[in-house]
Amino acid sequence: MTQEFTTTETLDVRGENCPMPVVKTKQAIDDLASGDVLEVLATDPGSESDLGGWADSTDGVSLLEQGETEMDGETVYTHYVRTE
Amino acid sequence: MSTDSDTPDDGGPSQTRAELQARVEELESRLSDVEADTADDSDKMSIIATKGTLDMAYPPLILASTAAAFGYDVTVFHTFWGLDILHEERSKNLKLSSVGNPNMPVPNVVGALPGMDRVTTSMMERKIDDNDTATIEELIETSLDMGVEFQACQMTIDLMDYDEDDFYDGVTTGVGAATAIQDMAEADIQLLV
Repeated sequence: MTQEFTTTETLDVRGENCPMPVVKTKQAIDDLASGDVLEVLATDPGSESDLGGWADSTDGVSLLEQGETEMDGETVYTHYVRTE
Repeated sequence: MSTDSDTPDDGGPSQTRAELQARVEELESRLSDVEADTADDSDKMSIIATKGTLDMAYPPLILASTAAAFGYDVTVFHTFWGLDILHEERSKNLKLSSVGNPNMPVPNVVGALPGMDRVTTSMMERKIDDNDTATIEELIETSLDMGVEFQACQMTIDLMDYDEDDFYDGVTTGVGAATAIQDMAEADIQLLV
């Protein structure tokens, strides 16, 4: 997978559960400038659907990419959100 | 029934055109008013929280903080036992009932024994801790940070003999049912929990 964007900040919400991945993503996004890309690392399997839905219905953000990777022996769901 | 419905009105076609033009202009101006109105309004959610058990304290707080993340203006009106969620001290000791829920791992006759609520509550608290689920206090603080308005029903504050200082900083007091109705009337989503 080629990343055609550069991550500005990383938000690590591994171990946290609903609603925190979405809530903390929103809080982190509010601190970023327009065009910045936030990388979100989550272990909550619900984060894939939740962050996708959140980005879809929220003005000023777009979801660039979602994926799954292994990190420290556990499945980590990655999300890349850009501010507009 | 008239058979000459196709004939123009007495004023002739030119007047009809003028009337239509006026009507179109009127509708256009009303449409732009409506558009201006809706553009100003952000999305709103209104929740009424009436329950104060540990399990029932979660849904209003999770939905409130999530809706705030979606950009909603959120108001949560706490009444009756729901008030305990905003009570700084009591919110840290919310209990789970061991009776009345057939999904509980203990039969009702056992659940009704003295001290069983304490057992089921600490069981739940341990699960919350093991699972890294946010605590009630964390959810309240996060929601307040995100601009959620928590309202404590004045009538129930008086009924329960609570003091305004008992609640988390930032909780609105001195509000009643009319405030809740007004919020619900303006909201896109209304929930009773």
